Amino acid sequence: MAINKICETFDKAVADIPDGAIILIGNFAGPGGTPYYLIHALARQGAKNLTIIANTAGGIGLTVDYEDHRILFENGQVKKVIASFPFSTSASKPSPAEKQILAGKVELELVPQGTLAERIRCGGAGIPAFYTPTGYGTTIAGQKDVKWFDGRPCLLEKAIKADFALVRAYKADKKGNLVYRGTMRQFNPIMAMNARVTIAEVDEIVEAGGLDPEAVVTPGIFVNRIVKVEENLGFPRHPERSFWVKKA
Amino acid sequence: MSQKVKFEGLPREMIALRVSREIKEGSYVNLGIGIPTLISNWTEGVDIVLQAEIGMLKTGSLAEGDDVDQDLINASCQAVTALPGSSYFDIVESFAMIRGGHIDIAVMGALQINARGDYAGWSNPSRGLFVGNVGGSMDLCAGAKKLFIAMEHTTKDGELKIVNELSYPATALGKVSMLFTDLAVIEITPKGMVLKEVMAGLTAKDIQSVTGPKLIIAKDLKEIEL
Repeated sequence: MAINKICETFDKAVADIPDGAIILIGNFAGPGGTPYYLIHALARQGAKNLTIIANTAGGIGLTVDYEDHRILFENGQVKKVIASFPFSTSASKPSPAEKQILAGKVELELVPQGTLAERIRCGGAGIPAFYTPTGYGTTIAGQKDVKWFDGRPCLLEKAIKADFALVRAYKADKKGNLVYRGTMRQFNPIMAMNARVTIAEVDEIVEAGGLDPEAVVTPGIFVNRIVKVEENLGFPRHPERSFWVKKA
Repeated sequence: MSQKVKFEGLPREMIALRVSREIKEGSYVNLGIGIPTLISNWTEGVDIVLQAEIGMLKTGSLAEGDDVDQDLINASCQAVTALPGSSYFDIVESFAMIRGGHIDIAVMGALQINARGDYAGWSNPSRGLFVGNVGGSMDLCAGAKKLFIAMEHTTKDGELKIVNELSYPATALGKVSMLFTDLAVIEITPKGMVLKEVMAGLTAKDIQSVTGPKLIIAKDLKEIEL
């Protein structure tokens, strides 16, 4: 049968995510590049004891308060989070994840951003571990193995391997090739490359041949399912006008 | 130091202006959250390429009105504009630039700094655990060719931030080369902290009274020129 990766609904796309799954979620700190509908489908689906790997732990409130993966923490679906920016930027407005981390209900693995990126990339690229100078001499170093290269001390960091990736892209073709828009790219391409099952939320799906091969960022081999954002929900690319930005 | 002295310093925008004078045209620069972000207000029209670690080179000014686009934001989650010559890339490429030694200058904020150029900026233990938002700060310290700190000289309560030993968790050891505060410009050298510039109206003695480590006074000590 010819390859067609289109999945009709967000609920179907996440239906087989089991309890205890390790899930990568595309996200940086703002609304762009976050797979909002897939996250909310996962919240409805209700899988528990999840390990979430994302840049933030949701609801950090940097400059725009918007709907991200904080709902998974609010629902008590998460047992562990691997992130570089896990806490709210405002001590007086702690995020749901932050409260659960401080209460010992959710385990936190704090990883410098570049190390997080490289651990995800390596997991997708068949590299089990690598040495990096980042974090040497800090509490991040912990008990990690130290080796010197060219006169610099470096830490041994291990690759991350996930079961599922929820990613956000701009357009897909039916074969799963993805292109992005502006700064939405961030963690999405390496997460797509990493997971056993990658599910992409996109604005538009085109026929094979509808994307310029020179412009494809994530080749379809890394993508298992694609789901189109419903047009009738509207998708203004305007943080303040977007319907999923929380009203103050 | 038991008695708390507090001087009225330069506003944050002026610290940013002073730092901007230290950035040569043609530089590739990453600006951290806080005072460093304000530096971009002073680099318009100068060919300095700002890198946003979310995945953009040559970010323009902050976007307003209909130019605001959720797919065009900087690392502080502010809507920005693109400029002729801007480019987008993923997070791995972004940190290849940072860790790989391609960024000329990183400017960061700090909670504490010492005379060896160690600084703490990612975790404030008063918040609870001995962890925090590390973000990309440790990667920037590992890879940027030069690391500047821009911060207020003391805390709001007059506690020292320039200290003999860090009491907060370090972001990086021995990496800071220049420190810009609301009161002074200090160079960090193998011999210690060299006081290069002071705010108009203050003396080297005043600066020393709000600084933990013993300052070396530069022979050509001058006022901060804005």
